[in-house]
Amino acid sequence: MKFLAVFLLAMWLANVLRAPEKAPEVFAVLPAPDGHVGAIVVKGPGAEHVINTAYGAVRIEGGTQTASVLDPRQVQDMFGSTLDALPGVATSFTLYFIEGKDELTPESQAQLESVFAELQRRPLPDIVVIGHTDTVGSLDFNDKLSRARAERMRELLIERGLPADRIEAAGRGKRELLVPTEDNVSEPRNRRVEINVR
Amino acid sequence: MHKSLILVAMVAVSFPVFAADVGLVKVSRGNVQIERNGAKIAAPVGAAVQTSDVILTGADGSAGITFTDNSLVSVGPNSVFAIDKYTFDSTTHAGEFEGSLKKGRLAAISGKMVKQSPESMKIRTPSAIMGVRGTEFVVQVDDKK
Repeated sequence: MKFLAVFLLAMWLANVLRAPEKAPEVFAVLPAPDGHVGAIVVKGPGAEHVINTAYGAVRIEGGTQTASVLDPRQVQDMFGSTLDALPGVATSFTLYFIEGKDELTPESQAQLESVFAELQRRPLPDIVVIGHTDTVGSLDFNDKLSRARAERMRELLIERGLPADRIEAAGRGKRELLVPTEDNVSEPRNRRVEINVR
Repeated sequence: MHKSLILVAMVAVSFPVFAADVGLVKVSRGNVQIERNGAKIAAPVGAAVQTSDVILTGADGSAGITFTDNSLVSVGPNSVFAIDKYTFDSTTHAGEFEGSLKKGRLAAISGKMVKQSPESMKIRTPSAIMGVRGTEFVVQVDDKK
């Protein structure tokens, strides 16, 4: 009787004192939308794995770490709502201007709607508009023109309902040419604004 | 004397709030909270994220955060994700990002600091530590039910 009590007490203690079992863990590399595949290094219990293939994974369960490959459908089942909450990747749009003016070219004017739509799709966007010019004219003239182009674009975005306090505008003049040219060269591809959104 | 003291106090109170912001909540669905200095606060879209914050989501919750180096992190339902350390220099792109997924699910796309210096972003879990060389990955720490 006494033995049984001691035995049961010992069993109970062993159960209570045992380290709590850790939850299983999964780490996986996903291909980016452009197909690029990155790499992760997982250092777990007694093992280290470098994973650098699409859907390549590491699983840790019961103190053992093993490499495996996940099925894309499995990833969707496990991480669907998580991946859904991932904010949009930072991106950039370029629109072009008529020489010497802060007016868009007809081609860029036509693209404007799709740019607005893309910007409006993002919750709480951080937008930076940067104006540029070609090398026709003085440094000072082009600094002012590039700022006017950026400001004009900023106004257009605000008119479309994008929040004014989330849009910065700056001019780079002829300092950052898309197509390098000599000074005083008319080059349509340099007369532009970049709209960077995060 | 008194006026300048008040001014110093106002500056001290108003500035660090912005200086410490390392990220921004861009997506907030269901129950999402931030635990900061022991208090739980709501984390709607637009809430700032700071170092030492812990992101908590309920059974119906998920959240997406953008960090200053363009890293993107989302946490799924029933998750606890702590931002242990975050520094980023926008000129050199040097930085350190250390987070802990205590439980739940996380998806991320690494940003400029990892591009500059692989494995500058690390995610800890109860059993392991993961270094990020780039770019898109997922982590799950699943509770036993």
